[in-house]
Amino acid sequence: MGYKLVEKKEIAPKIFDLIFEAPEIAQHAKAGQFVIVRVDEKGERIPLTIAQKFDRQIRLVVQVVGKSTEKLSKLSVGSEVEDIAGPLGNPSEIDEFGNVLVIGGGVGIAAILPIVKALYEAGNYTNVIIGARSKDFLILMDDISKYSHNLIVTTDDGSFGMKGLVTDAFRSLIKEGKEIKIAWAVGPVVMMENCSKVASEFGIPIWTSLNPVMIDGTGMCGGCRVEVNGVIKFACADGPEFDGRYVNWEDLKKRLVQYKEYEMKAKKFNNRG
Amino acid sequence: MKISPNKTPMKEQSPELRKQNFSEVALGYTPEEAIMEAQRCMQCKNAPCIKGCPVGIDIPSFILLIRKGKFDKALEKIQETNLLPAICGRVCPQEKQCEAFCTVGKIKGHEPVAIGRLERFVADWEAQKDNPKMPEIIERKNKKIAIVGSGPAGLTCASYLAKKGYRVVVFEALHEFGGVLTYGIPEFRLPKAIVKREIDMIKALGVELIKDVVVGNTITFEELRRDFDAIFIGTGAGVPKFLGIKGTNLIGIYSANEFLTRINLMKAYKFPEYDTPVLRGEKVVVVGAGNVAMDAARSALRIGAKEVTVIYRRTVKEMPARIEEYHHAVEEGVKFIWLSTPVEYLGDEEGKLRKVKCIRMKLTEPDESGRRRPVPIENSEFLLEADLVIEAIGQGPNKILLNSIPDLELNSRGYIKVDPETMQTSIPGVYAGGDIVTGAATVIEAMGAGKRAALAIDNFLRNDSQ
Repeated sequence: MGYKLVEKKEIAPKIFDLIFEAPEIAQHAKAGQFVIVRVDEKGERIPLTIAQKFDRQIRLVVQVVGKSTEKLSKLSVGSEVEDIAGPLGNPSEIDEFGNVLVIGGGVGIAAILPIVKALYEAGNYTNVIIGARSKDFLILMDDISKYSHNLIVTTDDGSFGMKGLVTDAFRSLIKEGKEIKIAWAVGPVVMMENCSKVASEFGIPIWTSLNPVMIDGTGMCGGCRVEVNGVIKFACADGPEFDGRYVNWEDLKKRLVQYKEYEMKAKKFNNRG
Repeated sequence: MKISPNKTPMKEQSPELRKQNFSEVALGYTPEEAIMEAQRCMQCKNAPCIKGCPVGIDIPSFILLIRKGKFDKALEKIQETNLLPAICGRVCPQEKQCEAFCTVGKIKGHEPVAIGRLERFVADWEAQKDNPKMPEIIERKNKKIAIVGSGPAGLTCASYLAKKGYRVVVFEALHEFGGVLTYGIPEFRLPKAIVKREIDMIKALGVELIKDVVVGNTITFEELRRDFDAIFIGTGAGVPKFLGIKGTNLIGIYSANEFLTRINLMKAYKFPEYDTPVLRGEKVVVVGAGNVAMDAARSALRIGAKEVTVIYRRTVKEMPARIEEYHHAVEEGVKFIWLSTPVEYLGDEEGKLRKVKCIRMKLTEPDESGRRRPVPIENSEFLLEADLVIEAIGQGPNKILLNSIPDLELNSRGYIKVDPETMQTSIPGVYAGGDIVTGAATVIEAMGAGKRAALAIDNFLRNDSQ
């Protein structure tokens, strides 16, 4: 039994939009949750946020960063992956807050789609900031704009929208006098860290979706442990969303690169002969 | 007839050779050796050994059949009560169970009959054949039972119910079946091909096994209750404990669960052929002295550690590991530091572990577990160099499923409360057994619980249909 890839598109350089047949997961997934994917019999178990769910299918947006994500990107439509387990992790805490802000950076833009949608449907005024290196890396903009009351786009090089970082847009939003009740930020670690600093400055709670190295995704191994408010938490079972104001970002950054030399070895092995 | 005082020895790979590979350490009996060992059994009428077996295997009968060379019949005898004999023969602590009650073992200067080795022998012997014999199912029933978790408790419960003709579906969260047999116990002690073989037997009984299903998430507990007539929860203990000392998040600190899962389930010892890596320490410190600690220490050696040291806060006398596993570890060169425990992990600027600060302990009066309580000795700190630490200090209950069932009563330690006879939980029709009830225990105790639950579920469903 496998999980069939039904659609595949390269939506930005090295970023793939994948739709898999996974009816049980599609029926039960909520905003903020993830799945663990294992491509083949020898594959790693990798956590990926669910970008969208349909009746019987789920959408995953994957950036090629290593051997496993490369394998995923090379699958042809109609083929199957060995395993998809989920939905895992706690859903985002969606409520009617009023004025909310959701920030997505890079491939994290895909991860905020279900959060923005859920907040929109719960009756919030959704301020959304999405940012990328350049125009080519802006993904899922049409989907996200459907659920955004106020969408701000930033690019590092100014090739689209505002030139600058998402944190710049965050600051100017506050300068305009927008009173943000609660925020979300999903993207590269440094981006989430910097957004958390801004949120901290203005006393805004900010959910960040942490992405440490994981294996089982059900609380069984403790590999994904992160330090929040001085306490060790398991991202898979206690998270993946934590208030970024209290996350030990230095710790997370170090733990994210712990297998770097092994990853290089794996790549070499993969490209041999 | 004179009974030889010692067990017929079982061949093993030499320590020098085996510490470099993941192949099985113990090599099993030949038919001649098995018959010789079977002759040591006195065939006691009252069969004290059976009382020591949590699933109640008719031990004297299967040993008598081995003595007569009827190995297939011996296996059938075992399978009346146990469908996982090759596993039990390898990982049961027989010295505390069947063999502890053996009459031969009570004779001065005598070892008990090697019941575990004989059980293993018949299971392996039959498996060599092309068409291993399947137990027969008498009548098919249409009631359905859901089993949550495919570890020893769940598999045993499933096999008993399937033999009674029920429709049984086992849900597993991971991508392989077997629970701790697959992710926890290493290849060199329990080859995964053997686990697979015995699980295939259970499949052949008509049990449906489905992987990648995290009950509570992939399907809800309410959906299970709607679709099945009874449920057995055997999800295991699962959540690793950490000492929680300073430096726990340094790179190079694993829970035993993570280290063993990477190696056993993900086959990291075959990296980069398999994609999942495992940090390969040169100087490895293992904290704790249970069977899991021994498995972790011996696995660390096999993936290339130069030095492996087990550190335990009590002494060899209180050590929870099986003595056989301890001996294997010592033979392979694992070092032991007793009466000490880590108090802090020290790392470098990259966040990598470099040293373990430890403190000496002394034992005082016995605590509630009956073991003498260790307390630190002031100013007795010492440093150990280490680039990898594996904490094997126990586990707690996994709350993912439990939190999704509001009516389910838990005990003070957070495990599921059950009637010890029937294994029924606070919810009628819902049963539980194994580590999720007792906390971390043995494979065979979990199997015993699975069996008791299966008998109770059968009773419950019979009464239900009247």
